[in-house]
Amino acid sequence: MALTNEQLERYSRHIILKEIGVRGQKKLLESKVLIIGAGGLGAPAALYLAAAGVGTIGIVDADVVDLSNLQRQVIHTTNDIGKKKAESAAETMRAINPDITVNTYYKFVNSENISELIKDYDFIIDGTDNFPAKFLINDACVMAKKPFSHAGIIRFKGQLTTVIPGEGPCYRCIFKDPPPKDAVPTCKQAGVIGAMGGVIGSLQAMEAIKYLTGTGDLLVGYLLTYDALKMEFHKVKLPPRGKGCAVCSDTPSITKLIDYEQAVCELKH
Amino acid sequence: MKITVAGEKKEYAEGLTVSKLIEFENVETPQYVTVSVNEEFVERASFDSFALKEGDEVEFLYFMGGGR
Ligand SMILES: [Zn+2]
Repeated sequence: MALTNEQLERYSRHIILKEIGVRGQKKLLESKVLIIGAGGLGAPAALYLAAAGVGTIGIVDADVVDLSNLQRQVIHTTNDIGKKKAESAAETMRAINPDITVNTYYKFVNSENISELIKDYDFIIDGTDNFPAKFLINDACVMAKKPFSHAGIIRFKGQLTTVIPGEGPCYRCIFKDPPPKDAVPTCKQAGVIGAMGGVIGSLQAMEAIKYLTGTGDLLVGYLLTYDALKMEFHKVKLPPRGKGCAVCSDTPSITKLIDYEQAVCELKH
Repeated sequence: MKITVAGEKKEYAEGLTVSKLIEFENVETPQYVTVSVNEEFVERASFDSFALKEGDEVEFLYFMGGGR
Protein backbone atom coordinates (compact mmCIF):
# COMPACT_ATOMS: atom_id res chain seq x y z
CA MET A 1 0.00 0.00 0.00
CA ALA A 2 1.54 3.30 -1.11
CA LEU A 3 1.14 6.43 0.98
CA THR A 4 -1.31 8.99 -0.41
CA ASN A 5 -0.21 12.54 -1.13
CA GLU A 6 -2.04 13.67 1.97
CA GLN A 7 -0.22 11.09 4.08
CA LEU A 8 3.13 12.09 2.59
CA GLU A 9 2.36 15.65 3.66
CA ARG A 10 0.91 14.81 7.08
CA TYR A 11 3.82 12.58 8.04
CA SER A 12 6.55 14.50 6.18
CA ARG A 13 8.53 15.30 9.36
CA HIS A 14 8.64 11.58 10.16
CA ILE A 15 9.40 10.52 6.61
CA ILE A 16 12.38 12.85 6.39
CA LEU A 17 13.97 11.10 9.39
CA LYS A 18 16.31 8.41 8.13
CA GLU A 19 15.34 6.20 11.09
CA ILE A 20 11.64 6.32 10.10
CA GLY A 21 11.23 7.12 6.41
CA VAL A 22 8.34 5.86 4.29
CA ARG A 23 9.05 2.34 5.53
CA GLY A 24 8.73 3.29 9.21
CA GLN A 25 5.65 5.40 8.59
CA LYS A 26 3.98 2.49 6.80
CA LYS A 27 4.82 0.27 9.77
CA LEU A 28 3.17 2.77 12.13
CA LEU A 29 0.06 2.89 9.93
CA GLU A 30 -0.14 -0.89 10.03
CA SER A 31 0.42 -1.08 13.82
CA LYS A 32 -2.02 -1.53 16.68
CA VAL A 33 -1.43 -0.06 20.13
CA LEU A 34 -3.67 -0.52 23.17
CA ILE A 35 -3.67 2.21 25.80
CA ILE A 36 -5.05 1.12 29.16
CA GLY A 37 -6.27 4.20 31.05
CA ALA A 38 -7.22 7.49 29.36
CA GLY A 39 -5.77 9.65 32.12
CA GLY A 40 -2.57 11.45 33.09
CA LEU A 41 -0.27 9.02 31.22
CA GLY A 42 -2.72 7.73 28.62
CA ALA A 43 -3.78 11.20 27.45
CA PRO A 44 -0.41 12.42 26.11
CA ALA A 45 0.46 8.93 24.87
CA ALA A 46 -2.81 8.77 22.93
CA LEU A 47 -2.36 12.25 21.47
CA TYR A 48 1.14 11.54 20.15
CA LEU A 49 0.36 8.05 18.88
CA ALA A 50 -2.72 9.33 17.05
CA ALA A 51 -0.77 12.22 15.55
CA ALA A 52 2.04 9.83 14.59
CA GLY A 53 -0.37 7.78 12.53
CA VAL A 54 -0.43 4.55 14.52
CA GLY A 55 -3.13 2.90 12.40
CA THR A 56 -5.23 1.35 15.14
CA ILE A 57 -5.37 2.62 18.70
CA GLY A 58 -7.47 0.98 21.40
CA ILE A 59 -8.34 2.94 24.52
CA VAL A 60 -9.62 1.24 27.67
CA ASP A 61 -11.33 3.20 30.45
CA ALA A 62 -14.60 2.74 32.33
CA ASP A 63 -14.50 6.15 33.97
CA VAL A 64 -16.10 9.47 33.03
CA VAL A 65 -14.31 12.81 32.76
CA ASP A 66 -14.27 14.72 36.04
CA LEU A 67 -13.35 18.36 36.65
CA SER A 68 -10.37 17.26 38.78
CA ASN A 69 -8.96 15.30 35.80
CA LEU A 70 -8.44 18.33 33.59
CA GLN A 71 -5.33 19.57 35.44
CA ARG A 72 -3.36 16.79 33.70
CA GLN A 73 -5.51 14.69 31.35
CA VAL A 74 -5.00 16.97 28.36
CA ILE A 75 -6.95 14.86 25.88
CA HIS A 76 -10.23 15.93 27.55
CA THR A 77 -11.69 19.44 27.63
CA THR A 78 -14.04 21.22 30.00
CA ASN A 79 -16.92 20.42 27.61
CA ASP A 80 -16.16 16.69 28.08
CA ILE A 81 -16.96 16.63 31.79
CA GLY A 82 -19.38 13.76 32.42
CA LYS A 83 -18.51 12.06 29.14
CA LYS A 84 -16.95 8.59 29.04
CA LYS A 85 -13.16 9.08 29.06
CA ALA A 86 -12.55 6.50 26.34
CA GLU A 87 -15.12 8.23 24.11
CA SER A 88 -13.78 11.71 24.85
CA ALA A 89 -10.23 10.52 24.13
CA ALA A 90 -11.34 8.81 20.91
CA GLU A 91 -13.06 11.99 19.68
CA THR A 92 -9.90 14.04 20.21
CA MET A 93 -7.72 11.41 18.52
CA ARG A 94 -10.03 11.21 15.50
CA ALA A 95 -10.09 15.01 15.27
CA ILE A 96 -6.28 15.12 15.26
CA ASN A 97 -5.97 12.34 12.72
CA PRO A 98 -8.93 10.95 10.74
CA ASP A 99 -6.43 8.58 9.12
CA ILE A 100 -6.54 6.19 12.10
CA THR A 101 -9.02 3.75 13.62
CA VAL A 102 -9.80 4.18 17.32
CA ASN A 103 -11.41 1.36 19.29
CA THR A 104 -13.04 2.21 22.63
CA TYR A 105 -13.54 -0.17 25.53
CA TYR A 106 -15.69 1.11 28.39
CA LYS A 107 -14.30 -1.17 31.06
CA PHE A 108 -11.61 -1.56 33.68
CA VAL A 109 -9.21 -4.41 33.04
CA ASN A 110 -9.57 -7.55 35.14
CA SER A 111 -8.40 -11.15 34.99
CA GLU A 112 -11.46 -12.10 32.94
CA ASN A 113 -11.20 -9.52 30.15
CA ILE A 114 -7.55 -8.51 29.79
CA SER A 115 -6.29 -11.39 27.66
CA GLU A 116 -9.02 -10.79 25.09
CA LEU A 117 -8.34 -7.02 25.14
CA ILE A 118 -4.60 -7.24 24.46
CA LYS A 119 -4.81 -10.17 22.02
CA ASP A 120 -4.97 -8.19 18.76
CA TYR A 121 -2.52 -5.42 19.68
CA ASP A 122 1.21 -5.16 18.93
CA PHE A 123 2.15 -3.00 21.91
CA ILE A 124 0.41 -2.10 25.16
CA ILE A 125 0.71 1.11 27.18
CA ASP A 126 0.02 0.87 30.90
CA GLY A 127 -1.51 4.20 31.84
CA THR A 128 -3.32 2.91 34.92
CA ASP A 129 -3.20 4.41 38.38
CA ASN A 130 -3.22 1.44 40.73
CA PHE A 131 -1.07 -1.55 41.61
CA PRO A 132 -3.68 -4.29 41.01
CA ALA A 133 -4.00 -3.09 37.38
CA LYS A 134 -0.24 -2.67 36.93
CA PHE A 135 0.48 -6.22 38.13
CA LEU A 136 -2.42 -7.59 36.06
CA ILE A 137 -1.16 -5.88 32.88
CA ASN A 138 2.37 -7.16 33.54
CA ASP A 139 1.28 -10.74 34.10
CA ALA A 140 -1.15 -10.80 31.16
CA CYS A 141 1.44 -9.31 28.80
CA VAL A 142 4.16 -11.71 29.99
CA MET A 143 1.83 -14.69 29.54
CA ALA A 144 0.69 -13.50 26.08
CA LYS A 145 4.27 -12.41 25.17
CA LYS A 146 3.09 -8.87 24.41
CA PRO A 147 5.59 -6.01 24.69
CA PHE A 148 4.44 -3.14 26.87
CA SER A 149 5.44 0.11 28.51
CA HIS A 150 5.00 0.32 32.26
CA ALA A 151 4.96 3.68 34.00
CA GLY A 152 4.06 5.34 37.27
CA ILE A 153 3.85 8.95 38.41
CA ILE A 154 3.44 10.60 41.79
CA ARG A 155 4.03 14.12 43.11
CA PHE A 156 7.07 15.44 41.17
CA LYS A 157 8.39 12.01 40.20
CA GLY A 158 7.82 9.52 37.45
CA GLN A 159 9.36 6.33 36.11
CA LEU A 160 8.99 3.90 33.24
CA THR A 161 10.37 0.72 31.80
CA THR A 162 9.71 -1.27 28.65
CA VAL A 163 9.09 -4.98 28.94
CA ILE A 164 9.59 -7.40 26.07
CA PRO A 165 8.66 -10.77 27.54
CA GLY A 166 11.45 -13.29 27.09
CA GLU A 167 14.03 -10.57 26.41
CA GLY A 168 14.25 -8.44 29.53
CA PRO A 169 12.99 -8.25 33.11
CA CYS A 170 9.32 -7.63 33.84
CA TYR A 171 7.63 -5.42 36.45
CA ARG A 172 7.33 -8.38 38.80
CA CYS A 173 11.09 -9.01 38.52
CA ILE A 174 11.50 -5.60 40.23
CA PHE A 175 8.50 -5.71 42.56
CA LYS A 176 7.41 -9.19 43.61
CA ASP A 177 3.92 -8.34 44.84
CA PRO A 178 1.67 -5.28 45.08
CA PRO A 179 2.09 -3.32 48.30
CA PRO A 180 -0.76 -3.70 50.79
CA LYS A 181 -3.73 -1.42 50.18
CA ASP A 182 -2.98 2.20 51.11
CA ALA A 183 0.62 1.39 52.09
CA VAL A 184 1.99 3.43 49.18
CA PRO A 185 0.14 6.63 48.30
CA THR A 186 -1.63 7.13 44.97
CA CYS A 187 -1.90 10.39 43.00
CA LYS A 188 -5.28 11.13 44.49
CA GLN A 189 -3.89 10.88 48.01
CA ALA A 190 -0.48 12.43 47.34
CA GLY A 191 -1.04 14.69 44.34
CA VAL A 192 0.82 14.84 41.06
CA ILE A 193 2.11 17.73 39.00
CA GLY A 194 0.09 17.74 35.78
CA ALA A 195 3.03 18.03 33.42
CA MET A 196 4.48 14.80 34.85
CA GLY A 197 1.93 12.82 32.85
CA GLY A 198 3.06 14.78 29.80
CA VAL A 199 6.72 13.86 30.36
CA ILE A 200 6.28 10.20 31.21
CA GLY A 201 3.26 9.49 28.94
CA SER A 202 5.14 11.03 26.00
CA LEU A 203 8.13 8.81 26.79
CA GLN A 204 5.78 5.81 26.70
CA ALA A 205 4.56 6.91 23.26
CA MET A 206 8.21 7.28 22.22
CA GLU A 207 8.98 3.72 23.30
CA ALA A 208 5.93 2.43 21.39
CA ILE A 209 6.99 4.26 18.22
CA LYS A 210 10.58 3.00 18.52
CA TYR A 211 9.40 -0.56 19.10
CA LEU A 212 6.96 -0.48 16.18
CA THR A 213 9.49 0.97 13.75
CA GLY A 214 12.46 -1.01 15.09
CA THR A 215 14.36 2.19 15.81
CA GLY A 216 17.00 2.81 18.47
CA ASP A 217 17.43 1.27 21.91
CA LEU A 218 14.43 0.55 24.11
CA LEU A 219 14.19 0.79 27.89
CA VAL A 220 14.27 -3.00 28.07
CA GLY A 221 16.30 -3.93 31.15
CA TYR A 222 16.27 -0.37 32.50
CA LEU A 223 14.05 1.68 34.76
CA LEU A 224 14.20 5.35 33.82
CA THR A 225 13.32 7.63 36.71
CA TYR A 226 12.62 11.35 36.56
CA ASP A 227 12.72 13.78 39.45
CA ALA A 228 11.25 17.13 38.36
CA LEU A 229 12.32 19.02 41.49
CA LYS A 230 15.97 18.05 41.07
CA MET A 231 15.45 18.08 37.29
CA GLU A 232 17.27 14.76 37.02
CA PHE A 233 16.77 11.70 34.88
CA HIS A 234 18.39 8.51 36.17
CA LYS A 235 18.58 5.25 34.22
CA VAL A 236 18.81 2.24 36.51
CA LYS A 237 20.16 -0.93 34.93
CA LEU A 238 18.06 -3.90 36.02
CA PRO A 239 19.27 -7.45 36.62
CA PRO A 240 18.55 -9.92 33.82
CA ARG A 241 15.11 -11.39 33.34
CA GLY A 242 13.43 -14.02 35.34
CA LYS A 243 15.88 -14.93 38.10
CA GLY A 244 13.32 -16.23 40.57
CA CYS A 245 10.51 -14.15 39.06
CA ALA A 246 7.10 -15.64 39.82
CA VAL A 247 5.75 -14.92 36.35
CA CYS A 248 8.56 -14.55 33.79
CA SER A 249 11.10 -17.13 34.97
CA ASP A 250 11.35 -20.37 33.01
CA THR A 251 9.47 -22.12 35.81
CA PRO A 252 6.82 -19.57 36.87
CA SER A 253 4.76 -20.09 40.00
CA ILE A 254 2.06 -17.70 38.75
CA THR A 255 0.30 -19.19 35.74
CA LYS A 256 -3.16 -17.68 36.24
CA LEU A 257 -4.09 -13.99 36.31
CA ILE A 258 -4.80 -12.46 39.71
CA ASP A 259 -7.31 -9.76 40.66
CA TYR A 260 -5.67 -8.04 43.60
CA GLU A 261 -7.84 -6.07 45.94
CA GLN A 262 -7.92 -2.36 45.30
CA ALA A 263 -7.88 0.38 47.89
CA VAL A 264 -11.36 1.84 48.27
CA CYS A 265 -10.08 5.38 47.75
CA GLU A 266 -8.80 4.36 44.30
CA LEU A 267 -12.12 3.14 42.98
CA LYS A 268 -13.40 6.62 42.23
CA HIS A 269 -11.05 9.05 40.55
CA MET B 1 34.70 3.55 51.82
CA LYS B 2 33.21 5.05 48.67
CA ILE B 3 29.97 3.66 47.27
CA THR B 4 27.57 4.93 44.63
CA VAL B 5 23.97 5.44 45.70
CA ALA B 6 21.44 6.18 42.95
CA GLY B 7 24.25 7.40 40.72
CA GLU B 8 25.81 9.63 43.38
CA LYS B 9 29.20 8.96 45.01
CA LYS B 10 28.95 8.73 48.80
CA GLU B 11 31.39 8.16 51.65
CA TYR B 12 30.33 5.65 54.33
CA ALA B 13 32.08 3.72 57.09
CA GLU B 14 33.06 0.10 56.48
CA GLY B 15 30.63 -2.59 57.57
CA LEU B 16 27.55 -0.73 56.35
CA THR B 17 24.60 -3.03 55.73
CA VAL B 18 21.77 -2.45 53.25
CA SER B 19 19.40 -1.91 56.19
CA LYS B 20 21.65 0.79 57.66
CA LEU B 21 22.02 2.48 54.28
CA ILE B 22 18.22 2.56 53.88
CA GLU B 23 18.10 4.29 57.27
CA PHE B 24 20.90 6.79 56.52
CA GLU B 25 19.49 7.66 53.11
CA ASN B 26 16.00 8.28 54.57
CA VAL B 27 14.44 5.96 52.01
CA GLU B 28 10.68 6.51 51.62
CA THR B 29 8.40 3.58 52.50
CA PRO B 30 11.50 1.48 53.34
CA GLN B 31 9.46 -1.69 53.88
CA TYR B 32 8.52 -1.73 50.16
CA VAL B 33 11.71 -0.55 48.50
CA THR B 34 13.56 -2.84 46.10
CA VAL B 35 17.35 -2.67 46.37
CA SER B 36 19.93 -3.62 43.80
CA VAL B 37 23.67 -3.80 44.41
CA ASN B 38 25.90 -4.00 41.35
CA GLU B 39 22.87 -4.79 39.18
CA GLU B 40 21.71 -7.70 41.33
CA PHE B 41 18.60 -7.53 43.50
CA VAL B 42 19.15 -8.06 47.23
CA GLU B 43 16.54 -10.23 48.94
CA ARG B 44 14.64 -8.31 51.61
CA ALA B 45 15.46 -11.05 54.14
CA SER B 46 19.16 -10.30 53.80
CA PHE B 47 19.01 -6.48 54.08
CA ASP B 48 20.23 -6.74 57.71
CA SER B 49 23.18 -8.98 56.92
CA PHE B 50 24.20 -7.75 53.46
CA ALA B 51 27.41 -5.78 53.98
CA LEU B 52 28.32 -3.22 51.35
CA LYS B 53 31.89 -2.86 50.18
CA GLU B 54 34.10 -0.27 48.50
CA GLY B 55 32.91 0.56 44.98
CA ASP B 56 29.45 -0.97 45.30
CA GLU B 57 26.72 0.59 43.21
CA VAL B 58 23.42 0.70 45.04
CA GLU B 59 20.04 1.56 43.54
CA PHE B 60 16.70 1.99 45.29
CA LEU B 61 13.60 1.19 43.23
CA TYR B 62 10.30 2.57 44.44
CA PHE B 63 6.70 1.69 43.85
CA MET B 64 4.95 4.40 41.86
CA GLY B 65 1.27 3.69 41.51
CA GLY B 66 -0.16 6.79 39.90
CA GLY B 67 -0.99 7.36 36.27
CA ARG B 68 -4.57 8.45 35.68
ZN1 LIG C 1 9.71 -11.09 35.71
